[in-house]
Amino acid sequence: MATAEKGLVLLDLWVSPFGQRCRIALAEKAVEYEYREENLVDHKSPLLLKMNPIHKKIPVLIHDGKPVCESLIIVQYIDEVWTNNPLLPSDPHERAKSRFWADFVDKKVYECGTKLWKFKGETQEAAKKEMIEILKLLEGELGDKKYFGGEAFGFVDIAFVPFTAWFYSYETCANFSIEEECPKLVAWGKRCMERESVAKSLHDPHKVHEFVCFLKKKFGVE
Amino acid sequence: MAEEVKVFGRWTSPFCCRVEIALRLKGVPYEYIEEDLSNKSPLLLEYNPVHKKVPVLVHGGKPIAESLVVLEYIEETWRRNPILPEDPHRRAMARFWTKFIDEKCMPIMWKSLWSEGEMQLKLMEETKENLSILERELNSKKFFGGNSIGLVDIAASFLSCWTEVLQEVAGISLFGEAKHPILFKWANEFMSSDAVKVCLPPKDELLSHFRAMKEGMSATKAGQN
Repeated sequence: MATAEKGLVLLDLWVSPFGQRCRIALAEKAVEYEYREENLVDHKSPLLLKMNPIHKKIPVLIHDGKPVCESLIIVQYIDEVWTNNPLLPSDPHERAKSRFWADFVDKKVYECGTKLWKFKGETQEAAKKEMIEILKLLEGELGDKKYFGGEAFGFVDIAFVPFTAWFYSYETCANFSIEEECPKLVAWGKRCMERESVAKSLHDPHKVHEFVCFLKKKFGVE
Repeated sequence: MAEEVKVFGRWTSPFCCRVEIALRLKGVPYEYIEEDLSNKSPLLLEYNPVHKKVPVLVHGGKPIAESLVVLEYIEETWRRNPILPEDPHRRAMARFWTKFIDEKCMPIMWKSLWSEGEMQLKLMEETKENLSILERELNSKKFFGGNSIGLVDIAASFLSCWTEVLQEVAGISLFGEAKHPILFKWANEFMSSDAVKVCLPPKDELLSHFRAMKEGMSATKAGQN
């Protein structure tokens, strides 16, 4: 499976919140890497299929020819290899809390968000209610802290912040206001955007919405 | 002085079994508390308000939920008999396989056991393919973790008595010596190891439990028709 190539390559898709997690982590660690855009619609590259034969998905981080797949696994790998600016806390219980909430984001946000643009009527309404619940739970965990990690930007922030670029799209498709429902979360998103690692990795929410509209057309959603 | 460890679990759950296996492997004493999931205790709801599920590990009064998160916590807190390798890439691969088990193998196998007709056939094929993938990963190793039980082995503990019992209840064959000989050998090796065998539920009781569940489901369906 490994190739002889030395260095760091990230196989990714510009709009992917999962890929962005990896980009943010690498930027936080000030690690140089080669970014390669994958064309997931027409033609997945032979390298992607070789490096992630099981899922055939991005992101994949290739380090000295060895692949690491699954975004949160990649972020933990990055944290373990480059020990400057730790992304996970040192205390095991705090680490467990961080993993729990990152796992919560993984299990809930993307799938529910997809339902918001992919469906209409009752299904969409139910998804909207679910999304509000999910966001409120996350806001509850954030509380009045600067970041989910406390004073330090960390693992849960990285897991969740890419989805803030999708908020505008969720709101537009399902007709609700995230700021009204979860003002602290929106304020946290803005604080994160003041970090170069985040600002450089996330895309303008209107561009994300254009992409969602392209997906809606593709799936025949009006 | 060592802080108290408690495990809130359900004897029928392979997820809860994972936690107990890890604690046993590391020689950590704990108190096990059985939860009635149809009548969840106030303590469980306090310790896991987000998902309201088992297992929950409580260490010195502080709760941790989600079995894989719990396993990583156990690994970091009690260093004896490590279940994750030192090398970051090998750790990433172990995490990758446990995720594959959690997100693909187990749910699809579970669905295949409780579905019918065309859908069941499709899910069965997918399950067998997933097991073949796991088998190729295991290759010639004694355990997924190498010479000793590791995170992936613990995550795959559902392939022990649960798979056997559920196939019998569902009347279908997904996993066995003929189809997946290497994985089957692993399952036997795994089930007979000291830390694991004390944690597994008794097969006949598990069989009765899932048979009753199936009868309950059939009765509900019949009532709906």
